[in-house]
Amino acid sequence: MSSRRANIIEVEGLTKRFGDVLAVDTIDFITPPASTVGLLGGNGAGKTTTIAMLLGLLLPTAGSIRVLGYDMLRNRFEALARMNFSSPYVSLPARLTVRENLRVYGHLYNVRQTDQRIGQLADELDLGALLDRPAGQLSAGQKTRVALAKSLINRPELLLLDEPTASLDPDVGDLVRTWLERYRAETGCTILLASHNMAEVERLCSHVLMLKRGRVVDRGSPQDLLDRYGRDDLEEVFLDIARNRRTANDVRVDQPAMPV
Amino acid sequence: MTGAPRRIWGVMYRHLALYRRSWPRLLELAYWPILGMCIWGFTATFLAGRLGAGAAIAVSGLLGGMLLWEVCLRSQMGMAISFLEELWSRNLGHVFVSPLRPWELIAALIGMSFIRMLLGVAPAVGLAWVFYAFNLFALGPVIVLFFMNLMIMGWWVALGVVSLILRHGAGAEPLAWSVLFGLAPFSAVFYPVSILPASVRPIALALPSAHVFEGMRGILLDGVIQWHHLVWAFGLNLVWLGLATMLFAWQFHQARVRGALLSIGE
Repeated sequence: MSSRRANIIEVEGLTKRFGDVLAVDTIDFITPPASTVGLLGGNGAGKTTTIAMLLGLLLPTAGSIRVLGYDMLRNRFEALARMNFSSPYVSLPARLTVRENLRVYGHLYNVRQTDQRIGQLADELDLGALLDRPAGQLSAGQKTRVALAKSLINRPELLLLDEPTASLDPDVGDLVRTWLERYRAETGCTILLASHNMAEVERLCSHVLMLKRGRVVDRGSPQDLLDRYGRDDLEEVFLDIARNRRTANDVRVDQPAMPV
Repeated sequence: MTGAPRRIWGVMYRHLALYRRSWPRLLELAYWPILGMCIWGFTATFLAGRLGAGAAIAVSGLLGGMLLWEVCLRSQMGMAISFLEELWSRNLGHVFVSPLRPWELIAALIGMSFIRMLLGVAPAVGLAWVFYAFNLFALGPVIVLFFMNLMIMGWWVALGVVSLILRHGAGAEPLAWSVLFGLAPFSAVFYPVSILPASVRPIALALPSAHVFEGMRGILLDGVIQWHHLVWAFGLNLVWLGLATMLFAWQFHQARVRGALLSIGE
C-alpha cells in the first residue's frame, strides 16, 4: 500500500478501443512524485486518449488507473480534487472576465480564500492587468497563461498538460516553461505533459514515454533515449521511431512496464 | 460554504456572471413570456366582448393557462439552455474534470432554471395584472403546488433533452427550444382533456401538466380544488423524473465510454 501511495500515477494494461480502432493498446507506466513525465508521439498515437482516461473523461476498455492512490474507475472525484488539467483545446467561458472564471474554478475545487489565491496567481503569471477583461478578448498567449492559472487554482499535486505551449510565441512559451519548472520545484507537484515540442520535453521532463499507434514503444529519461538512439536531440529520436528508422543497435522496444 | 453546495454555487455563479454581462440574454428571458401575455391578453379581451357572462372565466382560463404553461416551458428551457451554454463555450472539458459530480451539475442547472423561470415569468404575471386585471395568485395558495409540478415537469423534460445532447451532440440542440411545444397539445392548457379524441386522452393523462391544468379549470369553473389531479401530477412527476434520471445516468456513462465528453460540441 505504501508503495502505491508513493506513485502519483499507476497505469496497468490500459486499453481503449473505439469500435475497430485500438486507440490505446495495453500500456503500463508509473509516475514517481515530483517528476515531469512527457507523453510523446505523433498525431493519433494515443496521447490525448490516455490523458482523457487519466482524467476520468473516458472509460478504458480494459486495465486499471490509480491516481494519487485512488482507483479512477471507482473514486475519481477524490483524485480530481487534488489534480488539474490544462489544454489549449478546451476553453473558458469567453464572456466572463478572467477573475470570474478563476472564481468559478475556485468554487468547483473548494479553494479557500479564492480571491487571495487569484491575486497570488495574477502576480506570479503576470495576469494583473487581465483580471477584469473578458476571457474571450485575450490573445492566444494570454489565454494560455489564464488556462495555466485555472489549472493551478487548487495547488494541484498532479498537473496534466496537453500541449501547454502550442501556438505560443517563443517568449511566452519560455515564460510558461520557466513557471512550470519553478512550480514543480517549489511544490513537488508531478506533471504529465503531452507535447510535440521536443525541446520543451528535453528541458522539462525527467522521464519520457514514446507512444506509437497506441503502444508504448520506448521509455526512459531524455538522456537515456538520446544515448540509446545515438542522437543529439529528441526530435531525431522522435523521427527515428515515427519512421521506423532506429539506428541504435541496443534499442530495447519492449521495456519493462515499471518504472517509467 | 464548502463541499457540494459550494460546487453547485460555482456553476450557478458562472451563469449569473454571464447574465450580468449579457443584457440580450437577460432581456430574452422575459421577452417571449411578455409577448405571449400580450397576444393572449388581447385575444381574451376580444372574447370577453363577445361572450358576455362567461367572459371572466374565459379570460382567466386563457391567461392562467398561458402563464402556467410558461412556468413549465421556462423551467425546461432554463435548464437545457444552461447546459448548452457550457457546450457552446467549449467549457465542458474543464467542468467534467473538476470534482463536480454529475448530480451537482444537475442541481446547479435546476437552480438556474428556477432563477430563469422567475425572471421570465414574473414580469408577464405583473403585466397581466396591470393590463388585464388578471391576478394569477387569486387561484389561491394551491398555485404554489401548480408551480411546483410544472417546474418539476420542465426539469425532467430538460433532463431528457440533456441526455439526448450527450448522445447526439450539437445535433440535438433544437430540442432545447422545441420539445415542450410537442407536448402542449396533450397538456390541455386551454381546453379540458375531455375535448381530446379518446385515443389521445391516455397520453394527456400520463402528463403531469394535463392534471395541473384540469386542476386550474376546476378552481376557475367550480371554485373547487381537485386534489386527485394534484396527487396524479406529483405521482407522474416522480415516475417521469425517475425515468429521466436513469436516462441521463445511462447517457452520461455512454458518453464516457465513447469519449463524447471531449468532443460533444462538434
